[in-house]
Amino acid sequence: MIQLTVNNKVVSVDADPSMPLLWVLRDVLHLTGTKYGCGMAQCGACTVHLNGEAVRSCVTPVRRAENQSVTTIEGLSNDFSHPLQQAWQEEDVPQCGYCQSGQIMAAAVLLREKPDPTDADIDDAMSGNICRCGTYPRIRKAIHRAAGLQKQGGAK
Amino acid sequence: MSTTTFNRREFLKTSGTVSGGLLISFFVPASAKRFVGKHAAADLFPNAYLNIAPDNTIKIILAHVEMGQGVWTTLPMLMAEELDCDWNKVTVEHAPAGKPYVHTAYGIQITGGSSSTWSEFDRYRNAGATARMMLIEAAAKKFNVAAADCRTEKGFVIAGDKRASYGDLAGAAATLPAPAPGSVKLKDKKDWQLIGKATKRLDTKAKSNGEAQFGMDVHFPDMLTAVVAHAPVFGGTVKSFDATAAKAIKGVKEVVQVPTGVAVIADHFWAAKQGRDALKIDWNYGPGENITTNTQFAEYRKLAATKGITAAKAGDTAGTLSKAAKKINAEYTFPYLAHAPMEPLNCTVKISDNKCEIWTGTQMPGFDQGTAAKILGISPEQVTVNTLFLGGGFGRRATPTSDFVAEAVHVAKASGKFIKLVWSREDDIRGGYYRPAFLHSVNIGIGADGLPAAWQHRIVGQSIVDGTPFSGLIKDGVDGTSVEGVNDSPYFESIANHNVELHSPKLQVPVLWWRSVGHTHTAFVMETLIDELAVAAGKDPVAYRRSLLKSKRHLAALELAVEKSGWNNPLPAGHFRGVAVHESFGSYVAQVAEISIEQGRLRVHKVTCAIDCGLAVNPEGVRAQMESGIIFGLTAVLYGEITLQKGRVQQRNFHDYKMLRMNETPVIEVHIVDSTEKMGGAGEPGVPPLAPAVVNAIFAATGKRIRKLPVQPADLVKG
Repeated sequence: MIQLTVNNKVVSVDADPSMPLLWVLRDVLHLTGTKYGCGMAQCGACTVHLNGEAVRSCVTPVRRAENQSVTTIEGLSNDFSHPLQQAWQEEDVPQCGYCQSGQIMAAAVLLREKPDPTDADIDDAMSGNICRCGTYPRIRKAIHRAAGLQKQGGAK
Repeated sequence: MSTTTFNRREFLKTSGTVSGGLLISFFVPASAKRFVGKHAAADLFPNAYLNIAPDNTIKIILAHVEMGQGVWTTLPMLMAEELDCDWNKVTVEHAPAGKPYVHTAYGIQITGGSSSTWSEFDRYRNAGATARMMLIEAAAKKFNVAAADCRTEKGFVIAGDKRASYGDLAGAAATLPAPAPGSVKLKDKKDWQLIGKATKRLDTKAKSNGEAQFGMDVHFPDMLTAVVAHAPVFGGTVKSFDATAAKAIKGVKEVVQVPTGVAVIADHFWAAKQGRDALKIDWNYGPGENITTNTQFAEYRKLAATKGITAAKAGDTAGTLSKAAKKINAEYTFPYLAHAPMEPLNCTVKISDNKCEIWTGTQMPGFDQGTAAKILGISPEQVTVNTLFLGGGFGRRATPTSDFVAEAVHVAKASGKFIKLVWSREDDIRGGYYRPAFLHSVNIGIGADGLPAAWQHRIVGQSIVDGTPFSGLIKDGVDGTSVEGVNDSPYFESIANHNVELHSPKLQVPVLWWRSVGHTHTAFVMETLIDELAVAAGKDPVAYRRSLLKSKRHLAALELAVEKSGWNNPLPAGHFRGVAVHESFGSYVAQVAEISIEQGRLRVHKVTCAIDCGLAVNPEGVRAQMESGIIFGLTAVLYGEITLQKGRVQQRNFHDYKMLRMNETPVIEVHIVDSTEKMGGAGEPGVPPLAPAVVNAIFAATGKRIRKLPVQPADLVKG
């Protein structure tokens, strides 16, 4: 059994230590907000936070998360209050929506580290996340908007 | 399975049929109730598209599926406009497979051809208006007033000081006879409150907090996960296999052979994939092994030198060409392209007691229902299709063969297990159903006035519809989807002598419609050649187009893009512009691309886009689709290429089948022509003009014509 904390809850899973965290989250814990897109850290759809850092869960063996803290999109906020979620709504960002959990989780780390990111900061932080629908221009706008909301002390 | 065929092009060409005859079968038989699962006797269920519950919930049922294009919002806007309900109380649901949800123009249940909004414009407004009429009648009875003395406002019927919510009236309204067709009156355009107004998507919240359910997210306690090992060559079959090592993997439950390969069934995807990696399979490759990209194009080149089947013809092309003093002879090649939706293909199947239940993201639930029934030897009514959000479609989830659904049904049937079939990204990139590879050979004779006097055009590429239930799209031997955008080019109105011919070779590689279908290559050929002709004539590319185009909608889009892009304004040093305009799916789109080449790398700085789609029901949705189409198109310009070596696909994942990323994304400006013309689509028409606009800008920078996509580094060096 491997013990880890997911969205502030301690869980024990019976899994091969080499099993990617992605499949533990999706197929064992049934937290399906985190998506499978490529399985080789190319697309970022599987991005979660491991001790606050953005990781590609599809190439992260679950043993790396043992006794560590994992946050998924389901744990980002309880009530849709995260500035990024508010901004995503305001800028009408998602299309098919499949990549958006990963986009938001990547952007959340960016906003924490660079509360007022430039376009170049956004390029650096977000170019690992693919969106086949091409919502990039709206993601960029939404990150700037979220930065503004965060400055005002978070969204309502 | 129904073999009803449709003719998209024919329909789009027949103006006026969209409105008018559609009030028709909007009322569905009483049995409609069975098509939509849960509802109570007290619910108003006036038709298959709407359910109003006593708690005031307004549930709108979609005959089309949400795959990013925004119908989850646009179709409810049409309904809510006429129903006059509280927009904040609207909930949305995908329809199951069923007759009421058949496309109003195509006759099958399908989301495709950029047609959802225009094809539902009347049906969904009528559905809302009918329900409103029934609610008013119920209120009139309750208040003991005349229906004419009642009005509605945000989900309430009001008469004087009396007021009742739609939910309160739903039960009584449900007992009323439906109004006679023709008695339902729609709002005047001037009274619209939602239609034409930028409206935020209704699915954003669920898609920003992890709640949105895609096919991939389906889970049941007794469900297992299956992956299938496919032949490395298209058309290959299993000769023999050894599953000993696969079965030794912890979590692997079963290994079964299916028509498309060998399926490994396990507790979860990871075990199933490890099991698949451990399989030993001996394959019969068959003739698919003979396909290699370079030799394929050499064969296509030979075909292009021979006469094909005529797709369009006027005047004396050969005679005029032979007399022309100046000519352009050009050959273009386009590779196979994979759709690569972000959500890899998947399908969950449960078979029990002569019944089959399917959960998947599909653009053609009716076809999938029929396919499953046929495989299982049961009737389509015994197959339930639950459609979840599609994590991208782009045509890949509209296969006439229902390929991944059929595979999942076979796995469930062979194993007797409740399974979710999951394709890996590698399965997706290597799995075929590509935009076909094409070769165009064009000879143009230029007249003394600098305009084209004769245009000889041969196209070579596999037919998408040949051998499928859509083969009715082939007319006189010509698959319209192979030539659309050339045979009906607006430039031919000004080119008296033209001749378009088609060769449709057959190969084992499965091909399919890929966002904007034939226009993906035809717009490129036409719009880069027009640019070349303009340069040969010493004319500005915009002025040259004006001298050839008679279609006012092409011109309206072109003029708006030109104006908004500042076409005639000076550019920063090292920046260049290119332009293209193209009609597809009833919408007219012009784009101006601004580029530079820095250290041998192409940088697209800005794309200014103008679209005439007629009425834009949700302008924000149209803008989003233009942005999306531009980025999709730019991905193909820079990276899109599937190649084969001895039948084996050489790409496998996003590292070698690349997608445009944030840091490569241009600034995009979208302008909508204020138009009262016939409605067109939005999902696809943003794609076709992008590649020629960019490549025309590259010519402005380098003096080199690019006739092969994707763009290669050598193409970016000054010629």
